[in-house]
Order: sequence, then structure tokens, then C-alpha cells
Amino acid sequence: MPEKNIDSAPDIAATLGTEFGQYARAADGDREFTVTVRTQRQIVVSRFLKHRAAVVSSVVFLLVVLFAFIGPLLWGQQYSIMTNDIEVAPSGTHPFGTDSNGYDLFADVMHGAARTLEIAVSVAVASTVIGTIYGAIAGYYRGWVDTVMMRFADLILTIPALVFAIIVSDKFSANIASAWYFLAFILAALFWPICARIVRAQVLSLREKEFVEAARALGGRDGRIIFRHIVPNCMGSIIVVLTLTVANTVLVETALSFLGFGVRLPDTSLGTLVSSGQTAIQDGFPWLFYFPALFIILIVLSINFIGDGLRDAFDPQQTRVRA
Amino acid sequence: MLAFTIRRLLASIPVLFFSTLLVFLIVASSIDPLSPLRARNPPIPQKTIQAEANRLGLNHPLLQRYWDWLTGLILHGNWGTSVSPSYNIGQRLSSSFLVTFRLVILSILLSLILAIAVGVLTAVRQYSRLDYAATSVGFLFLSLPTFVFAILLKSWAIQFNQSVRPNGPPLIATLFESSPNPPTDFFGKIGDTVGHLVLPTIVLSLVSYASWSRFQRSSMLEVLNSDYVRLARAKGLSRTRVLFRHALRNALIPLSTQVALDTAGLLGGAVITETIFEWHGMGYMFIQAIGNYDLYPLLAWLVVASSLVIVFNLLADLLYAVLDPRIRLA
Repeated sequence: MPEKNIDSAPDIAATLGTEFGQYARAADGDREFTVTVRTQRQIVVSRFLKHRAAVVSSVVFLLVVLFAFIGPLLWGQQYSIMTNDIEVAPSGTHPFGTDSNGYDLFADVMHGAARTLEIAVSVAVASTVIGTIYGAIAGYYRGWVDTVMMRFADLILTIPALVFAIIVSDKFSANIASAWYFLAFILAALFWPICARIVRAQVLSLREKEFVEAARALGGRDGRIIFRHIVPNCMGSIIVVLTLTVANTVLVETALSFLGFGVRLPDTSLGTLVSSGQTAIQDGFPWLFYFPALFIILIVLSINFIGDGLRDAFDPQQTRVRA
Repeated sequence: MLAFTIRRLLASIPVLFFSTLLVFLIVASSIDPLSPLRARNPPIPQKTIQAEANRLGLNHPLLQRYWDWLTGLILHGNWGTSVSPSYNIGQRLSSSFLVTFRLVILSILLSLILAIAVGVLTAVRQYSRLDYAATSVGFLFLSLPTFVFAILLKSWAIQFNQSVRPNGPPLIATLFESSPNPPTDFFGKIGDTVGHLVLPTIVLSLVSYASWSRFQRSSMLEVLNSDYVRLARAKGLSRTRVLFRHALRNALIPLSTQVALDTAGLLGGAVITETIFEWHGMGYMFIQAIGNYDLYPLLAWLVVASSLVIVFNLLADLLYAVLDPRIRLA
């Protein structure tokens, strides 16, 4: 029991936040154990580092990012240039092989991964920012503001995202050909209610806390209280939602591109690469399918593990920290 | 309970109304059924286009079109006019829905059984090797895109078929929801249908299994650490009895609502799965309508999809109230 206390003392202090000073004094008082004072950030980082899968995934994810964005600068062949090597199996000159048009799959996958990541990160950031502001306002003001705002958010959630993105993207693709940021815009417009719901639920409980009352007593304006006092205290869940939205967006974007409604030629995403390689396994060119598919899984899997690690780090109650 | 049900039922009517309004406004303003006609080369006379616009009722302002469509749907059960005159939206919708529905229901059942079994096992043996293995597998399926998994299974099945019976009929069905010439006797028909269901069901159920088993594991863990379970053990009840009678029953409550909420979302996964296995269900209906710029079938599709979401949300609420009396009384 005492060992556990030592370990959990800073955790309690961190979760309680405002009562930290009080707790440190009490610990000092009975002198049973000493508490090294750590900032909340240090605690979160050290908890995250204990989650082995999350740390490994962070490294893998970083490598994929480097591969996607720095790789094309170093790799001699361009994704858009045909070579004379048609349907060549993976080798030294073409590590991932080539397709029936002689495109180098290594360059293709680099470009596709970059495009997929660009879309996923921008969708996640945009939808999280919108969702946070929206959810914070709804939760802070409660009452009819909350009801109207959240009913609207629910309304958007009744529409299946994938299907809806197909319908809308079909119209605009004619106008803004192969503009990935339009796709990102549509997906962000569909994903923000998820974040809004989570932030709202947190704000509803945080707004009753003493530190909010104190801020109000000091004459803080609503905007300042929401964005300076309440939202920073929801940062944990917001970051977790952000990472999981990245994973979700990768899945939806690649599925859309696979069906032919997301990123389109001449642009490339991992989804379009899988789509053009979908009969490759039985045709005898399995690399055309396996490499892009592998990168999708690698990206989503590593982000899911990072999200899991972050959740453990920010909120040890939800899934107990691994020893 | 009856009052609760009626209250929730009434509350979902405005949601359904606004949902159809939102869907109509966005879909009707982004899909132009006349664009294939306009793009024809050589161009067709303006009069013909105008006649087609009249037939489809595209000449009125958007809100009036919505009203006409909604009243037609509610009062006369009329889903609107398709671009191809022989296309009956209502008939097509019900036949497609049946095909997809059996796939979705079967997948849910299969994945529920798997998820509960794995969730309970991993919770009981927390941090064991089994737990870590199941968690890793769960994360893998969570990160596996539906289409990648479907293509993999399909390709493997085709290779397997070729190696087992190079020239005969395929052993595992990889295409369509039934054979082109299905057997006529009852059992043959059932067997044919089930045979075609195998691969798509595996795909769809494993995709949703992953998150549900995680969910079940954490709710089971929470229950196992609760005081009443400790009390039940302290009373001298057997471990199995406590596990199934006291713990599992309560741990199933959160999952039941989660499943109800996810069911409608499975429709998106079904679109992908059906496309790869070339089924003629809701997915095909949707993709075909998109390709033809066919506005009203798309609207019908979305109305069904968003009604499903609303109905299942309602079901989740009611289920929660039935299973957990505290909700009902609050």
C-alpha cells in the first residue's frame, strides 16, 4: 500500500490540479514519504513513456512521416514519371516494384502516404478546433443554447460520413479537379461533432469547479473563462480525440479514394494505389497491393497505439496505467 | 416505461424531419440529374432537357421541391422519380435492403458473440499473455481498413479455389450474393445463400468486433472491481455464478447501447464490402445512383440510412432504460 501511495501521490495532485498545494503540504506534514514535485506535463510524459507500444508507435509514425515527406526529395524517381520497367518485381532500383504503366511504386507510395497524411492531419486539426470551440460554448452556456447547438451536431452525426462525402465530392470534383483540400474540408465538416460532444461533456462538469468560480469572481469575461481556464483543462481528451480523428480520417479517406470518390488521378493517395492493385494478388503482382495496404495499416495502427498511450497518460482512471 | 418510450419516440420525430431537410438541401443542391444530358455530344435540344426537368420536378425552388417530395413520401409512399423511367425506387430499395440487411444482421451477431467472449476472457485474465495477444489482434483489426481486409480475403479465397479445384466450380463463393443459377430446392437455395454470405460476413464482423471487444473488456473490468461483485464472492457464491449472474449481466449494458449506435454506421462498411464482393444490395444501389446522377434514389437511400441511425439511437436509449432502472427513474 505505501508503495502505491508514493506512485499515486503526484497523480492525485495532477488530477485535482488546484488542490495541489494543499496536498503537498499534507504530505510534508506527516513525513511518511517524500513527494518530488513534478509539473503535470512531466507526469503525462513519463506515463506516456511507460506505454511501450505507444513509444514504439511514435517512432514508427515518425519514420513514416519522414519517408513520406523527406523521401521524395532524396529518391531519384518521381511518382508522376513513367519508366521503361513494366511490372517489375521489387528490386534494388525499384524497392517496391513497378506497375503496368511503369510507375515506380516506391515513389508512388511515398507520394500517396504524404497525401493521405496531409489530409488526415488537416482534417483532424480543423475538426478538433471547430469541435472544441463549439462544444465548449454549448457546455458553458447550457440551457437552450446547448440544446440547439447539440441537436444540430447530432443531426450531422445521423448522416453516414462515407456516403455523404461521396455525394458531395462528386459534384465539386468537376470544378476543382483533384484538389485534396476540398476533400479535407468535407471530412472536417462531417467529423467535428464527435469532438464537440466530448468537449461539451467535460466542460459541463468543469464549469462547476471552484477555479472557474474564482475566475468569475475576479471578473473574468466568458470568453476568457472558457478559453483560458476551462479548455486547457480538457486538453487531455482533446489531444486523444485529435489522434483518433487522424486514424479515422485515414480510414475514411483511403476508403473514399479506393471507391474513386476521394483523391483522384493524376494525384495519388494510398487508397487509389490499393484500388489499382486490387486484383494484383491473383494476377501475380502482389506487391502492387501489399505495399500501399501495408502503409495504411502502419499509419493507422501506430496512431491508434499513440492514442491509447495518450489516453492512459492523461487519464489513468479510464484504463489503469501499466506497471 | 411507457411514458418514457412515448416521450423518446415523440422527440425523435423533429430530428427525423430536420435530418431529411438537411439531407435534401445538400444532396439536391450537389447532384444535378440533368448534367449527363447537358454533357451529351452532340448536344440535345434544350426542349428535351426542359421536359426532363419538368418530369423530375426540378423547376421549382429548392424548398418547394423538398415539400413536394416530403408530402409525396409521407402521404402517398412515393419516393420520387428516377432518371430512368423503368426504375421503381420503392421496389429497388426493399429488395436491396433485404440483401444488405441479412449481411449486416449476421455480422453483428457473429461479432457480438466474439466480442463478448473475448472481452470477458481478457477482463478476467487481465494483463495475462492472452490479454496482450487479444489486445494486439484487436488493435490490428481496428487499424485494418475494410477494403484491404475484403480484398485480401477475396484474393486468398480465389487462390484457394484455384489450387483446390482448378477447373470446377469455386469452393468458396467470392462474387455476388447468390449464384447466377441458384438451386431451386429449398435447402439448396439456403446453402447457396449462406455460402455467398461467408466472406462478406467475416469482413464486416471482424471490423466491428475489434472495438466492441475492447469496450466489453473495459466495462467488464469496471464491474469486476465493484463492491457488489466482491460482496457476492464474500457471500460464498461460486466464481462462475458471480461472473455470469452478477458481473456479465451488468457489463453488457454499455455494450448493448454501443452496438445499437454502431449498427447504422455499419451501412458505410457494407457499401465497401458489397462493392468488392459485387453484391447487389444497398451499396450497389448507391454507387449506381451516384454514377447516374440519380437524385431520388440517393435521397431514398439517405432517408433510410439516417432513419436507421435515429431508430437505433432510440433503441439504444430504450435498451439502456430497460436494462438499467436508474436511467428510467432519473
